[in-house]
Amino acid sequence: MILNYLGNFALLFCLIISLVIFITSISSLNNKNFFLKKNLNELLFFKFFFAVLSFSSLIILFIISEFSNETVLNNSHISKPLFYKISGTWGNHEGSLLLWLLILTFFAFFYFLNSKNRPIDERLLTIMFQEVIILGFLFFLLKASNPFNIIYPVPKEGLGLNPILQDPLLAIHPPVLYLGYVTTSIVFSSSLAGLIKGNINNMWAKDIKKWVFISWTFLTLGILLGSIWAYYELGWGGFWFWDPVENISLMPWLSLTALVHCVLALEKRSILHSWTVILSIITFTLGICGTFLVRSGILNSVHTFANDPERGLYILFFLFFLIFLSVFIYFIYEDKFELNNKNLNLYTKETSIILNNWFVMYFLSVILIGTVYPIFLEVLSNEKISVGPPFFNKLIIPFLIPFLIFMSIGPNLKWIKNNYFSKKLKLIIIFILSIILSTLVSKFFGNTALNITILLAASFYLFIITIKDLIKKGFKNYSQTISHFGFSLLVLSVLLNSIFSNEITSNMRVGDEIKFSDKIIKLQKLENTTEANFLKLIAYFKIEEKNKTELVLEPEIRIYDKPETITSEAAIKTDIFKDRFLVINLVKENEYLNVRYQEKPFMLWIWISAIIISIGGIINIVKKNEKKIL
Amino acid sequence: MKKRYYKYSIVSFLIFTFFIFYYGLKEKNFYTPEDISIKKFPNLILNDFYTNSKTSFDDILIGSNYYLINIWASWCLPCREEHTYLVQLKKNSPIKIIGINYKDKRDNALKFLDRYDNPYSVILNDNNGTASIEVGAYGVPESFILNAEKKIIKKIIGPIDKKKFNEIKKLINK
Repeated sequence: MILNYLGNFALLFCLIISLVIFITSISSLNNKNFFLKKNLNELLFFKFFFAVLSFSSLIILFIISEFSNETVLNNSHISKPLFYKISGTWGNHEGSLLLWLLILTFFAFFYFLNSKNRPIDERLLTIMFQEVIILGFLFFLLKASNPFNIIYPVPKEGLGLNPILQDPLLAIHPPVLYLGYVTTSIVFSSSLAGLIKGNINNMWAKDIKKWVFISWTFLTLGILLGSIWAYYELGWGGFWFWDPVENISLMPWLSLTALVHCVLALEKRSILHSWTVILSIITFTLGICGTFLVRSGILNSVHTFANDPERGLYILFFLFFLIFLSVFIYFIYEDKFELNNKNLNLYTKETSIILNNWFVMYFLSVILIGTVYPIFLEVLSNEKISVGPPFFNKLIIPFLIPFLIFMSIGPNLKWIKNNYFSKKLKLIIIFILSIILSTLVSKFFGNTALNITILLAASFYLFIITIKDLIKKGFKNYSQTISHFGFSLLVLSVLLNSIFSNEITSNMRVGDEIKFSDKIIKLQKLENTTEANFLKLIAYFKIEEKNKTELVLEPEIRIYDKPETITSEAAIKTDIFKDRFLVINLVKENEYLNVRYQEKPFMLWIWISAIIISIGGIINIVKKNEKKIL
Repeated sequence: MKKRYYKYSIVSFLIFTFFIFYYGLKEKNFYTPEDISIKKFPNLILNDFYTNSKTSFDDILIGSNYYLINIWASWCLPCREEHTYLVQLKKNSPIKIIGINYKDKRDNALKFLDRYDNPYSVILNDNNGTASIEVGAYGVPESFILNAEKKIIKKIIGPIDKKKFNEIKKLINK
């Protein structure tokens, strides 16, 4: 009980300190004497400390199953394993917002400690914008989604955590994703501060770069974890569904990817000032916009676990406040850019970065339109539609081809000026080679459409060139090469996966057999067991292949008691070259099971390539620090 | 001058987006997948409400261009409001209305029909509510509109009100 009050008061203290910091930073701007550096450091630390206090009280409330707390009541129950009691803390709306706040306060503190080489004005302004964001979250927490609401009389048992969230991957997916989102807030605040002070230049880019990379790496990993979770837990047998919530996490990633390149161009060549600032603004507002779309229930998808229009209204006002704030600041101060009209040569790195930016912007707008257009249509004409994968596939896939080609050639060009023709021969030979390779692949396995063949050629091209770069360049700029290599591997595996995936769906009783190409799938037996918080029905399948060892797959159906839900646990056998995926569903009256068997090649490589992409980012973060030490 | 126009257009576009989102929040929204028309209504076998004989949907869904399958119960208050629209539909439209009586007491259901008129050409019994789950219903009342090929072309979650009533009329008079 006392922890409820403790958590609540800690939040109030956060609010007070946050207001004090906000006022301090504003007054120090006008009057430098007012500024006490140590003071601000301490204040930022105390705010972080109180956020930690508040968050840990919530965790403890979850661990001891204190059902006088409304959040605990709604999302936990006594028999839940300890691990999920803890992860349940951020598996719900209130707790996840508190986690946001915790990370926000941490990064505000961390930024101020680590930005001593920046002008003090810029740091103060950054902290000021950061406080605006933190205050927004704090008001929202305290007013509309307080995690410490008390219920009296105290209920005996909680309502339980949604079982599909009871998964180890999903325990770390939100924190990793939030780390990514929240670091974009630092980039956002710092770029606004730099804009006002006219500090957007190569030195600024050099200092903000590490934040951009941290954020990009965490976002990549976060999306990857979510995608793996969807593959294992939702039983849809895929890794990406163009679901609104997935799109929402992809959009900031795309703009952040463009930002990564812009920041590099700004650092090396002092160009793309406005690109960098606009992308910083877009990235962060897209992150908040995502929160709005998911939490308000304005969109419907499998992910909308919690929604409430009243909360939506609050986030909407906050979102547009931030958007208008940044847009007006941009309009007022955009003349402050140190513009130096450098002529851009056609065959240079900077040109290919700009080209790729436009491509990324195109992908971003396709996804944005596909995601929010249904809302526009519904409001304006009362028509309900949902935009599905065909829309995205048709609009994105053709444009991936030139994108991949630019991505292959770009890194091979130099800054400023490049004698393109010296390398022309090698690049053309590789291009022809990859066309031959992809034609062979599609001829050999038959019936693939022409556009897929060309796309395959383009991704082979990037694949081969990045391998060539990795070998040739060695440790020079290898973080970029590794990330690009990972991306080519990703596109390649996704393509091959979608071309060669195969599946069969059937209803089966115990003892039944079905044929699938050269295999026989047998349902051998069913078994019931009782676990801590669910009943388990295991089906034993045997898959016999000619001249090969047989494989046993054991998919499950779980019937959870709190809240009463049925989930399907897919049985997945992962090999280097293909995944075998088997999922069962109950059909009414339990006479037979609905069985879906899929063979999905290169699934493992999709995950591996995403990891490789983020390794590139990690290397860049670490590399930066090494230089600092020296 | 040119610069000012682009500023104005960006700001006005953002304001427009804000209002769209603002009104979007107020709309109740239920998820109706686009490909719902691909789904054929399942051929269930249920007991007839009056004769208690086994009847399959294949036997009922004949002889009309449109069918409305309505899940109702006498204990459900919104069903009463909805009922007047169903009666109107029955009188003025070439649509065949089929009722699924959901978890209801026979006597109460008969009284209900007596008092509010009977718009249904056939009523089927779903005493334990399993059939309604199988057709994918969320609750009572709920209606499915099928075309001549028994494909679901519209699903209405909740009671049919004036707006929905007009939508249905528009749909079947197309």
